[in-house]
Amino acid sequence: MRAVAHPWVTPCQIYQKIRAQARFGVLVLIALCLSVTNATVLAYEIESDTFFPAIEESHSAAESQRLEILSTGDIDQFKPIIDDFQIRNPSVAIRYVTASSTEVMRAIYDEQVVFDIAISSAMDLHTKLANDGYAQVYESAQTQVAPDFARWRNEVFTFTEEPAAFVVSKKAFEGLDIPTTRQALITILRKHAERFRGKIGTYDIRQSGLGYLFAGQDARNSDTYWRLTEVMGALGVKTYCCSSQMIQDVAEGDIAIAYNVLGSYAATRAEQDDSIQVVLPTDYTLLMQRSVLIPKTSVSPALAGSFIDHLLELAWQSEDESVYPFPRLSTEDPLLSESHVPIRLGPGLLVYLDKAKRSRFVREWEDSLLQK
Amino acid sequence: MSLLACVATVALVLFVIVQSYASRLAEDSQDQILQASATSILDAISIRQGGLLVDIPYSALSMLGTLSDDRVFYRIQRGNETITGYDDLPVSTGGNRSKEGFEFQTINYRGDAVRAVTGSRDLTLNSERVVVFVTVGQTRNGHEEVLRSIVQNTLLLCLGFVTIASLIGYLAVQVSLMPLREFADAISRRGPHDLRRVTARAPTEMAPLVTSLNDLIDRLRFSLARTEDFLTEAAHRVRTPLATVRAEAEVALHRVEKDENRQSLRNMIRAIDQTSRAAGQLIDHAMVSYRTDSVELKPVDVSNLCEEVISRLAPVAELRDIVVNVTTQADCLVQGDAILLQNAVQNLLDNAIKYSPSGSVIDVVIAMDGQHVIVSVSDDGIGFSDTEAERLKQRFARGDNAKHIAGSGLGLTIVAEVVNSHGGELSLGRRNAFRGAKVIIRLPHISLCEESG
Repeated sequence: MRAVAHPWVTPCQIYQKIRAQARFGVLVLIALCLSVTNATVLAYEIESDTFFPAIEESHSAAESQRLEILSTGDIDQFKPIIDDFQIRNPSVAIRYVTASSTEVMRAIYDEQVVFDIAISSAMDLHTKLANDGYAQVYESAQTQVAPDFARWRNEVFTFTEEPAAFVVSKKAFEGLDIPTTRQALITILRKHAERFRGKIGTYDIRQSGLGYLFAGQDARNSDTYWRLTEVMGALGVKTYCCSSQMIQDVAEGDIAIAYNVLGSYAATRAEQDDSIQVVLPTDYTLLMQRSVLIPKTSVSPALAGSFIDHLLELAWQSEDESVYPFPRLSTEDPLLSESHVPIRLGPGLLVYLDKAKRSRFVREWEDSLLQK
Repeated sequence: MSLLACVATVALVLFVIVQSYASRLAEDSQDQILQASATSILDAISIRQGGLLVDIPYSALSMLGTLSDDRVFYRIQRGNETITGYDDLPVSTGGNRSKEGFEFQTINYRGDAVRAVTGSRDLTLNSERVVVFVTVGQTRNGHEEVLRSIVQNTLLLCLGFVTIASLIGYLAVQVSLMPLREFADAISRRGPHDLRRVTARAPTEMAPLVTSLNDLIDRLRFSLARTEDFLTEAAHRVRTPLATVRAEAEVALHRVEKDENRQSLRNMIRAIDQTSRAAGQLIDHAMVSYRTDSVELKPVDVSNLCEEVISRLAPVAELRDIVVNVTTQADCLVQGDAILLQNAVQNLLDNAIKYSPSGSVIDVVIAMDGQHVIVSVSDDGIGFSDTEAERLKQRFARGDNAKHIAGSGLGLTIVAEVVNSHGGELSLGRRNAFRGAKVIIRLPHISLCEESG
């Protein structure tokens, strides 16, 4: 479990947090206890388990509804969305379970655990779930409004667009130009090998589904990627499970640069912390979409559908920044240029999930990055 | 209607053809893209470091997503052993074989109809022949989607076709019937005496009809002319000799002196008068019948008409000391045939004078009653009994109480026919409770304004 207490929370957020803890502190504890007792049975690993009771206690069992969400997203990020959903649906209780993208995949694909909603940052894994028949079709007026690239088969829907970025420590790059392309990064790392030795971080693609997605897309887009991994490998790279830890380590000066960090997390942190800088590489920037689906196992698909409507409305229609915690990327965004390479839903994403391809890709990655 | 059925059948046939064609086309395009995908995977298989290297190109699967959001499955085998992919995906055998050696089949996999293609490639590994099979399958939702949209469009097209064809058919019928309608209009616009040959422009297909119509008109005109001639001739041939005979009888009456001879001559003269009158009325009746068949209506002032008739009959009335009082009103116009109406009024007055006792008074009143012009003739004669009023309007019917007075029984018949042909009414009644007859004619009134309009 990761500590996610951020020093830059606003008083309002603190108030919310206190209120939330006061409200469900005991319940969270119970839920965690339950999940621990279940852990012997369940093979997939969770990171947190939070219960949001219904705002209005319903007396009849028929009216009380419960929505079970399995997600890769931090509870801090999703709490405003859940709160907003509960304001609109006061009789709905929500259980929010977080896990890594590979564990989400394992829960739904291999173990078919009952959840009403599965949210993942690894859109390729969600595509595979839908392709192999583990998702339910959902259609509504809201799904029709979402852009074409935001839905696949009316089973997988995306509700964010987030870049893969470099996060650099300004201090570590003092006196140097901050690299804005992969080629520039290679050149700087080669030139100042001793300065950066052991000070580079990136995803461990064996643990992180998102890291694997980024790596695969990198390899597909440019041959610079393999040279970069060679260089990073030669300098003793640190591998991470998650973006937030990488960002944390950059901020604390443990590493100088983190490669392929989820830009949305980094940007939030950079706003508060002057010591780090987020770079969207100008040779190309991968744009990933966070995706959501209703697993086949869902017991209340209609409720799950209204939660998807809620997410899609926030993402593609609402302007309410206080509830939607992700960066809004649009064609008007000055950051968005031709160098953006959006990863789109579709069967192409299945290629890197091929068993043979994956094992060879991971082997090559290990060979060049870990230099085993 | 049969035309519509024809069009609908053609549209249906068109629809079926387009649908089956579209279905094959959609399937072909899916087959082609599947084959391209399988080919690119096969091409990417190589031998490296003494082993098989299967490296699925990104495009191999992404190309399948270009047309639709269909689910994609694949299986790569070395002989019977699955190297990678979905190891329970059925492999096509015995399906349709393309000329490049790929086999196509529609199978059921994971609850969906899946179109699958299998291709193979021979490789040599460690001087041993190895066959690699690649199967790529895709669900057919996109195929169905395409088909549905084509069916929808075709359906609309066919409906449009039927609608437009029906519209054109309807217009064509209207246009081709137009000359016929004009022709019919030209004929029905004619007056009753217009028996000219038809010269209106008619379509050539109708030439025989025009010819036979003209023949009919010719025959009719000839026959009518003959009737008219006959009537004139008959009047002339009957009246003139009778007048001569009567004149001779009068002369003889003055010459003979024996009372019995004078009496028989008087009887003779009375018989001649009766015959002459009957012949006159027969001819009048024939003329009335002939004219009422083809009444040519013009505005007629009934007051003037009655005064004329009265003045013509005044000498006869004077002979018997009968006074005729006339009350008229201006503007008593009816749409009618003056000759026929004259004839009718004359018959009424004739009757009145004939049946009135000498020295009595006949009242003729011409007046307006709402939308009708009324002519009433009242006399002090024997009148009608209530029971025979209707019978008297029939031909040759005479009142039971009038046996001693000369009459043909045609007078009221003529009046009734004339009044009927003018859309009017004839009613017979009594002058008062004790005696006399009162005959009333009602004719529809027209105003001058209507006439001028």
